[in-house]
Amino acid sequence: MDAQIAAILAIDGIATGAIYVLIGLGFVLIFAVTRVIFVPFGDIVSFTALTLASLEMRRLPGTIGLVIALAGLASLMEIVAKLRARECHLIPRTILCFLVLPLLPAAAVWLLSGAPLAMPSRIVLSLALILPIAPLLDRVAFRPIADGSILLLLIVSVAIHFALVGLGLLFFGPEGVRTQPLSDAVFEIAGLTVSAQTLLIVAASIVFSGLLFLFFDFSLTGKALQATALNRTGARLVGIRPASTGTAAYLLASALAGISGVLIGPATTIFYDSGFLIGLKAFVGAIIGAMASYPMTALGAVFVGLLESFASFWSSAFKEVIVFGLLIPVLLWRSLTLTADTDESTEE
Amino acid sequence: MTARQQRLISVGAILLLAVAPALLSPFKITLLNFIGIYTLAVLGLVLLTGVGGMLSFGQAAFVGIAAYATAWACAIHGHSPWLGLVLAVVLVCGIAALLGAITLRLEGHFLPLSTIAWGLAIYFLFGNIDALGHFNGIGDIPPISISGVALRSSAQIFYLIWAVVIAALYLCGNLLASREGRALRALRGGRIMVESLGINSFRIKVATFVIAALLSALSGWLYAHMGRFVSPAPFDVNAGILYLLMAMVGGMEHLLGAVVGATIVTLLRNTIQDVLPLIAPGVSGQLETVVFAVLFVVLLQRARTGLLPFLLRWLPQLEPSRPISAPPMARRRQPMKGVPLLSVEGVERRFGGLLAVNDVSFELKAGEILGLIGPNGAGKSTMFNLITGVLRPDRGRIRFLDVDITRRPQREIARAGIARTFQHVKLRPKMTLLDNVLLGIYPRTRAGFLAGALRLDRAEESQARYEAIRLLQRVGLAERAFESAGTLPLGSQRLLEIARALAADPMLLVLDEPAAGLRRTEKLDLARLFENLRAQGLTVLVVEHDMDFVMGLVDRTVVMDFGSKLCEGLPTEIQADPRVQEAYLGGVV
Amino acid sequence: MPLLAIENLSVFYDKVEAVRGITLAIQPGQIVTVIGPNGAGKTTLLGAAMGLLPSQGRMVFDGVDLRRLDVEARVERGFCLVPETRELFADMTVADNLLLGGYSRRHDKEGLRRALDEVFMRFPHLAERRKQRARTLSGGERQMLALGRALIAKPRLLLLDEPSLGLAPLIIREVFKIIASLRNLGVSILLVEQNARAALETADYGYVLETGEIVLSGLASSLMHDPKVTASYLGGR
Repeated sequence: MDAQIAAILAIDGIATGAIYVLIGLGFVLIFAVTRVIFVPFGDIVSFTALTLASLEMRRLPGTIGLVIALAGLASLMEIVAKLRARECHLIPRTILCFLVLPLLPAAAVWLLSGAPLAMPSRIVLSLALILPIAPLLDRVAFRPIADGSILLLLIVSVAIHFALVGLGLLFFGPEGVRTQPLSDAVFEIAGLTVSAQTLLIVAASIVFSGLLFLFFDFSLTGKALQATALNRTGARLVGIRPASTGTAAYLLASALAGISGVLIGPATTIFYDSGFLIGLKAFVGAIIGAMASYPMTALGAVFVGLLESFASFWSSAFKEVIVFGLLIPVLLWRSLTLTADTDESTEE
Repeated sequence: MTARQQRLISVGAILLLAVAPALLSPFKITLLNFIGIYTLAVLGLVLLTGVGGMLSFGQAAFVGIAAYATAWACAIHGHSPWLGLVLAVVLVCGIAALLGAITLRLEGHFLPLSTIAWGLAIYFLFGNIDALGHFNGIGDIPPISISGVALRSSAQIFYLIWAVVIAALYLCGNLLASREGRALRALRGGRIMVESLGINSFRIKVATFVIAALLSALSGWLYAHMGRFVSPAPFDVNAGILYLLMAMVGGMEHLLGAVVGATIVTLLRNTIQDVLPLIAPGVSGQLETVVFAVLFVVLLQRARTGLLPFLLRWLPQLEPSRPISAPPMARRRQPMKGVPLLSVEGVERRFGGLLAVNDVSFELKAGEILGLIGPNGAGKSTMFNLITGVLRPDRGRIRFLDVDITRRPQREIARAGIARTFQHVKLRPKMTLLDNVLLGIYPRTRAGFLAGALRLDRAEESQARYEAIRLLQRVGLAERAFESAGTLPLGSQRLLEIARALAADPMLLVLDEPAAGLRRTEKLDLARLFENLRAQGLTVLVVEHDMDFVMGLVDRTVVMDFGSKLCEGLPTEIQADPRVQEAYLGGVV
Repeated sequence: MPLLAIENLSVFYDKVEAVRGITLAIQPGQIVTVIGPNGAGKTTLLGAAMGLLPSQGRMVFDGVDLRRLDVEARVERGFCLVPETRELFADMTVADNLLLGGYSRRHDKEGLRRALDEVFMRFPHLAERRKQRARTLSGGERQMLALGRALIAKPRLLLLDEPSLGLAPLIIREVFKIIASLRNLGVSILLVEQNARAALETADYGYVLETGEIVLSGLASSLMHDPKVTASYLGGR
């Protein structure tokens, strides 16, 4: 391997890593605020790419069915809960949040899917459509067991992942898709060919991570999210409801997942079951960040992207073996540098 | 339900299984075969995750290694399936020991993630090694032969599979009731308690990991010789997840939960496969997983700990067997009265900006009862944790019988002869009182995993159980020996913890605020126990803030306040000292 | 009518009845203290009053049955707790901690800004450290931050759990001076304390809690010289 190839692999790795950064941030966000390891997160990423591809082919994406079903179910559950708590005056607001809002993009997609749309419109529609899925899943699957053990939440999370994979097969079929690249331009930088797509990916990653941090640092809702993540009891004591911050976290994270889906669509062929591995690799980045530190998560994600890139060069067949095999020493190192605090926290 | 009734039911179940092939169709027998094979792998998961608290997604990978090992040995190299078994077991256990030694120190989320990591790595290896047939797999695996009879049909291998399952259940049941099994059951809930009893939690984790892998190996070997074909597909992460789902649905903390879970999941999948094409023809294939997953989520929302605990509630409880008398256990030689036992020299400990313990020194002689008292926040508990090895001092030295224990881990300090209790009682609420005390006896016994599984430890166990009952009698809790520790009121829980500490036959007993939160009658019980201990000549260090309680019970007191030693002397002197009174009432003018 | 009336409160904690048959009342503008030795159940009492722990018995705040309100709803109505463990947002700045204290009043931006300025005036130490992370503050400063954060919510009733915990004597004096001055803001206070002297000097009325039950009550000034209080502290009766 010479410097030229190494550089190409590095650029490739950084691009993939940049996408993993967004997904990793999403994982950490959800976990920090709700204590749920949201395994289906990767599936949301692939659903976005698949939905976008459907719109490109002027077909109605099956995702619409999922959104409608979830919205209906969640609204029903919320209405029953409000009736039981005798808070009937809150029902109109409930219907607005859980039924009307998610159905608006669904209606838009229904009306417009057959028509030729410009790329920005397709992207916006795809994002809007998948955005409500995670918060609705939270309401339907996790809220009833919110005080359960972490293992229970994880297993339910995994079961939902299986359901989404099955639905993916149902909605999109077994063929893989590649969405159109956002730009076909190519640049020459320092003697290397860098596509505009790659630059866009890295830029988008930086911009959206930046926006996320700005949101955390400068808006009260962002600070409330941070606070819930840092200290749930403290947050409650100042009047912050965990359910609201949970929903906000899922929404924000879904935005990150959606953007990642839009970015990864043109880069790799996405199948109905690609989400799991993509999510897993990003999750590794999150683990390296100890599910708490955002900068370390970003670094970890880029590291995984680079590892994957170089591993696939050495042996494309054994790529996964190398990536996951090398993971273990990294995990060991990370676990050792963190053992100081964990003992008391695992005591029951 | 007596043990005899339980045995009758088990025999009945086994008889039913024995006649099953005559009564059921071959298809149903095949289904039962799969249930049996899954049960083995899930049983390993019950031990590892349900009992031991170590989440693993990698059981399927071990099943795969075993299946491929025997396939390679038999189909490709023509060896006998029994040799294949040996190879499979050796390979799987070896790899498990290695992986366990490396990864089981990982805490929190790192451990399950590492199991996914190597699970995936192994799976991708299967599909990419030429010698293993790539993603096409290996076929033509010969059937197992027992005394000349080849187990070709599903009915024939049925007996072997279920014989192995029953044997596995029996051995694991014995194991969980034995010394190491008790230690394993105690792992969940935190390391600190377990290590303070002198138990090497890491060793137990690795051993359990290997045992779970062994069960997977059996599962894989049987799978390969049943279907006579292996490919990577059944051993991917999805399979690993499925085993976990089976364990969760069945009831992760019970061995029988493995059978229940494997049965329900297999039958459910089968039913869905039959029913769905009738309801939604055309899309039934894709909907299968969805319906399956949704049913799961609903099930877990309703029965969080699985179905078996739910069912067990309807069954009568098993009557426990009373320990019969046994020869007494060997006791430690106690040091001579007056010999310096513990010396704390200039110990200091900081937490960030706070100096929790500031240059504290004192000495404890054998046979005396020393009280370390002071108001809340004085640094007593920190001092305590420094002595018992939970924390390390930043400066200073602690010596026990002339041995420097300043930087030793909890486990070693416990084995050296210091037994402790905790300010916030650390018991295993789901284990019985007897089991909790037996945990304290761990360092005085030796039976290992194999001895436990094969019931070779009966003599030692009955000695230990008798000793435990005697200790419970001493603290007045013997009538409740078989109740769960979690049902006890706080005062009794403290007494139980003291019984557990005494079970280690210590030279020094250190008690952390034993009277905190106790009612008056409970404090009287505790005081009486103290008198008892003192009469026995035991050396005790008590940390307390209830001055009245300790006054009549200790020989000497050391008073701490704001991290420093305030004064030291006889109880009567201390109680009359105005500085001490000020410290207690707040002393802010 | 009392601002807060608690009748026959019982709390089960880990299958043990930690607190039994508690009846107390706080009039508007009063500082009431519940004192007692460690382990008496004082923190459990406040936890139950705030709704963090399940309990039995009646609790009425300003005419409203507290059973119908969850923790966050109580905060919104001006019923706030400063817990023993402070529960600060350790990695966030002093300013952010205070800002979040006003979450329940977030729609009143002007009022919030004014409240923030007032807190900085009352706690000059905090004003100096407004950009520092909460975890870098000393014990006394953290206590003041916790108090300040609760005050921003403009509470009508403040539950204070052991404000003197872990503090040096001089700091305790300062903190209790501030607590006494809160009366002028119209804040009623239920103060739970182990430091009997400081508590009784500051409060109007007091209750003594011992192993989960109230054993003594009366005007703070009379309790201060009651020998039964001393006996209660130096060891159980």
